[in-house]
Amino acid sequence: MKKYLYVLLIGILLPMTAGAQSAYKAGDFASDFKLKNVKGEIVSLAQFTDAKGFIVVFWCNTCPVVKKYDERLVKLNEEFAVKGFPVIAINSNDKGVSPGDSYEEMQKTASAKKYAFQYLYDESQDVARKYGATNTPHVYLLSKTDGKLKVEYVGAIDNNADNAAAADKHYLADAVNSLISGKPIAMAGTKAIGCSLKWKKV
Amino acid sequence: MKVRYLIFSLVVLIAGSGASLTVSGQKVEYIKTADLEKILKNKEDKLSVINFWATWCAPCVKELPHFEKISKEYNRDEVTFFLISLDFPSEIEGKLIPFLKKNKITHEVVVMTDTDYNLWIDTVDPGWQGNIPATLVINNAKKIRSFHPEELDEKQLRELINKSL
Repeated sequence: MKKYLYVLLIGILLPMTAGAQSAYKAGDFASDFKLKNVKGEIVSLAQFTDAKGFIVVFWCNTCPVVKKYDERLVKLNEEFAVKGFPVIAINSNDKGVSPGDSYEEMQKTASAKKYAFQYLYDESQDVARKYGATNTPHVYLLSKTDGKLKVEYVGAIDNNADNAAAADKHYLADAVNSLISGKPIAMAGTKAIGCSLKWKKV
Repeated sequence: MKVRYLIFSLVVLIAGSGASLTVSGQKVEYIKTADLEKILKNKEDKLSVINFWATWCAPCVKELPHFEKISKEYNRDEVTFFLISLDFPSEIEGKLIPFLKKNKITHEVVVMTDTDYNLWIDTVDPGWQGNIPATLVINNAKKIRSFHPEELDEKQLRELINKSL
């Protein structure tokens, strides 16, 4: 009987603690950061004085789901950077656990895929921890509000990783367009399957 | 052999109107959100071990053989395993089925075809952000439910099952 109570307790408490982490959700305020891009420059969101906000996306070189979204992210940047919302991709994967996600590989990937957006290296994984990112891709749409970075949308890019043409819910694009036109965002949070973030093994 | 047939029947029953794909004798059943909900709401007094994985997920591929091995050690009246693949629908024939053959995965594998993951992730666990591998262990009759959005080794999986029985 005691064994079942113990399991029951774990069964109730464990899911609750998962939510108790400080993962950003819409309405929270996000931290800026200082991360190296593929050109060796140190980049902070504060440098983008003309931007109205940012499409921050936890990304990497190796995840097949990320690869499915490569073209889409390039297009999203083309569409929204000129409107004040550039894409900022961040690789937080540990190269020890995932050698394909090293800085050198990031430079190769950015060049091969013609990334026109910032691709930053979160070597210490501190930014991923701060934001509460758990998989790739994982989007955090931010807006500049009252001199701070407000989280407006967290989650998936759209509703079909496999087939871009079949995706009919463009969660991220809709959220950005809502911000641009001053309308409320219909879905401020969605979930999506992706590769787990590769945390450093201690 | 009989056990496997019965488990297969259960899977087919659950798959309902879902299709299936057979390539060179290897078969996978397709399921949708409604089928998953049936699995999650099962009222019988038996343990369901539900693993979400994909061939494109390296840690998932690493732990899958543990599920294959351990599933053979339990009576299906006690523990039912569900190996739910989130492989891309366009890659079932070309990637998933060859993978299953090559790795000698004989346990039934079902493929979740509702690619709008947002529709069903929360029904598995509201705290789940969508990272895989993830394993849910439930017995609704005994009000047992534990969710593990992480890779499990053989020892951890065995302990998890044993303490939930």
